[in-house]
Amino acid sequence: MTLHLAVALDGAGWHPAAWRETSADVFSARHWAALVTEAERGLLDFVTIEDALGPQSTLPDGLDERTDQVRGRFDAVLLAARLAPLTSRIGLVPTATTTHTEPFHVAVGIATLDHVSGGRAGWRAQISARASEARHFGRRRFPPLDPGARDLAADPHVRDLFAEAADAVEVARRLWDSWEDDAEIRDVATGRFIDRDKLHYADFAGRFFSVKGPSITPRPPQGQPVVTALAHARLPYEFAAGSADVVYVTPHSDEQARAVVEEVRALSGEIKIFADLVVFLGEDAARRKARLDELDGAELASDAAIFTGTVRELADVLLEWRRAGVQGFRLRPGVLPYDLERITRGLTAELRGHGVFRRAYEATTLRGLLGLPRPASRYAEVS
Amino acid sequence: MTRKRVHLAAHFPGVNNTTVWTDPRSGSQIDFASFVHLARTAERGKLDFLFLAEGLRLRELKGRVHDLDVVGRPESLTVLSALAAVTDRLGLAGTVNTTYNEPYELARRLSTLDHLSDGRAAWNVVTTSDAFTGENFRRGGYLDRADRYERAAEFVRLSRELWDSWRPDAVAADRETGTFVRPGAIGDVGHRGAHFSVEGRFTLPRSPQGHPVVIQAGDSDEGREFAAAHADVIFTPHGRLEDGRRFYADVKRRLARYGREPHQLKIMPGVTFALGDTDEEAAENAAAIRRQQVGPRTAIAFLEQVWGRDMSAYDPEGPLPDIEPDPAEGVSQGRVPIKDRAAVAAKWRALAGEKGLSIRELVIEVTGRQTFVGTPGSVARQIDEHVQADAADGFILVPHLTPGGLDEFVDRVVPLLRERGVFRADYTGATLRDHLELT
Ligand SMILES: Cc1cc2nc3c(=O)[nH]c(=O)nc-3n(C[C@H](O)[C@H](O)[C@H](O)COP(=O)(O)O)c2cc1C
Repeated sequence: MTLHLAVALDGAGWHPAAWRETSADVFSARHWAALVTEAERGLLDFVTIEDALGPQSTLPDGLDERTDQVRGRFDAVLLAARLAPLTSRIGLVPTATTTHTEPFHVAVGIATLDHVSGGRAGWRAQISARASEARHFGRRRFPPLDPGARDLAADPHVRDLFAEAADAVEVARRLWDSWEDDAEIRDVATGRFIDRDKLHYADFAGRFFSVKGPSITPRPPQGQPVVTALAHARLPYEFAAGSADVVYVTPHSDEQARAVVEEVRALSGEIKIFADLVVFLGEDAARRKARLDELDGAELASDAAIFTGTVRELADVLLEWRRAGVQGFRLRPGVLPYDLERITRGLTAELRGHGVFRRAYEATTLRGLLGLPRPASRYAEVS
Repeated sequence: MTRKRVHLAAHFPGVNNTTVWTDPRSGSQIDFASFVHLARTAERGKLDFLFLAEGLRLRELKGRVHDLDVVGRPESLTVLSALAAVTDRLGLAGTVNTTYNEPYELARRLSTLDHLSDGRAAWNVVTTSDAFTGENFRRGGYLDRADRYERAAEFVRLSRELWDSWRPDAVAADRETGTFVRPGAIGDVGHRGAHFSVEGRFTLPRSPQGHPVVIQAGDSDEGREFAAAHADVIFTPHGRLEDGRRFYADVKRRLARYGREPHQLKIMPGVTFALGDTDEEAAENAAAIRRQQVGPRTAIAFLEQVWGRDMSAYDPEGPLPDIEPDPAEGVSQGRVPIKDRAAVAAKWRALAGEKGLSIRELVIEVTGRQTFVGTPGSVARQIDEHVQADAADGFILVPHLTPGGLDEFVDRVVPLLRERGVFRADYTGATLRDHLELT
């Protein structure tokens, strides 16, 4: 069975000094167009696009005033939409925050991305716990994030944010189903454009918001765009298991990979488990990374494991983790487009040599690439 | 005296009975291909911009989703961002409500669109707020008109503050010195107002237009005042000559109060059109379109909105029934309410009696008559005359068919406007501000 391969796009790459080693202009559409078309040439399943409702920072919360790293980002959903007409098969998975946004707008935005891409939309649902971001909205006051805190689940504030995220995904899923597939009838004889018995109220009422529905947008081509989430601990695993189709986990070893898979699998038999890795590729990968570390004045730190080495060595790691039950990988290229091209032109061939990666796109939708069936609307009457 | 230039925009057909879906040529209202078709047609004609409306709750009549009109739209800014990839010069205008959004997020989305389109973004600021629409949002509720416009004004001022917060040269990206952003070039925003409290730092460099173009669509005194203070373009329903001249004079007069010049606010009525090879043929086409727009059940639905009660038992081809409107709250949700329904009913009854009209004939008579009807030459002349007579600075064209409803206009009318010397032969600038001559 094919191994799923995605890349996470952010700025000039995942090393904070990456921008110094590339000619990439992160604020031009051309930069992003080149990356996503390269990823599609490599037959990858999808790209994710990072986002947040505040500037990047090396601090867990608040500005760091550094001027030597990329600061600033596009809205990821709009960026994904801008890339959709330039591609035809690859999935597009922007990040959108559940914390300060309107669930109705996010649901309709992702549905629209699915329409403009012909069924290739996903959503990386993310919470925002930062007090600095809450101040951009001024509607809720958040306690400062405690960088020392290890136990997320013990923090009632964070628990609430995940509960709210689960509600936001639930609302989106109801809204995506709120128009049955055959709601539009265009029946000239009776003058009816839609069969309103096939439009449904979402009627969601929860602790954080309520949403009436139906959606203003017809059912997206995939029925349900693919929901994904990054998770490092029990609480987010539970959120992902309950809400997402794909979870990105961050093991740092074979043993951890096995343990994480076991923990997540116990929560959900269906969710696709992807592992995240930051990758610097090539014979000189370690040297390249060391040079960037020096430019940045610090050794790269990451929530995900950092890999430096050749694509052959990376393939060995992926195959080992695959045996541990990991079904796919979301690789975070250290430098763009350099490490992306090592993935699309080297790693994929290596994996193909092992018989675990596709030779051509086998489906036209993201659900199709991930082997997820297109679900009927939850409101459709089974006849 | 030099002749004023005409500005033209294309409105993607809306979710109301102006859009005819029973015609065999009617295509999808949601497939991206339809948006591409209309955008490319508009760009082929060198129009100023494409315009998308917004409605955040499906309209209801008698407590049920209205099922007679085209319905189902994408999120405006998302589809416009996709269109930026398949067009080069065309302005991209999206309607986004200020009541159900937050400035930090929306300013960021608009700035993104401006970046990704190389300076072609516009925002139609609407304030529509009712408890019915509010049921889809965290904020919920209802704001009365004064509060809505106060919130909208604060929203736009704050958005511009965010857009201005990065100095134009803030991004150095100097690989030699390792300076990505120039020290001190990104300002902090600290805003405390009646509606918003926003403190922190914006996430995007100044966009190509600096400020995306702001459009206003609302007709009340508060709406006009808001436009005079904050907008670059007004989208207005006043498309007829005399009515347009009054509106134009009224709004342009308000500008001085804000230290603005008349040319800094472009007035663009939304208009419909019907063409033909002869004036007679055009009139026939116009009448045929109106019959398509008002089918038998649509005629009854219009009546119900005015009478405020169920009238489905009446024959649309028969006479107006002899019953009075229900003064209670009305049966229509999700569209601008009809003011003084009793007076409208009385007027309709008088008209029907005078001309001997059936229900459907009456509704055809009182709704949606095309603004411009005639040969391409005649329509080009009417448009030019309206603009030279200060009834408008240009028009937002509302075709009745998706997606081909603008094709004939672009192929046959636009060249004649060009011959009259009042419409561009090609784009002379890169940004929407350039097209609109907003400086
Ligand atoms: C020509 C025109 C177009 C409008 N388009 C929209 C729209 O697309 N979405 C929306 O929510 N409101 C729309 N509106 C409603 C206005 O923004 C406004 O909320 C409404 O007219 C009430 O404001 P007023 O009291 O100033 O007229 C439109 C209004 C006009 C006059």
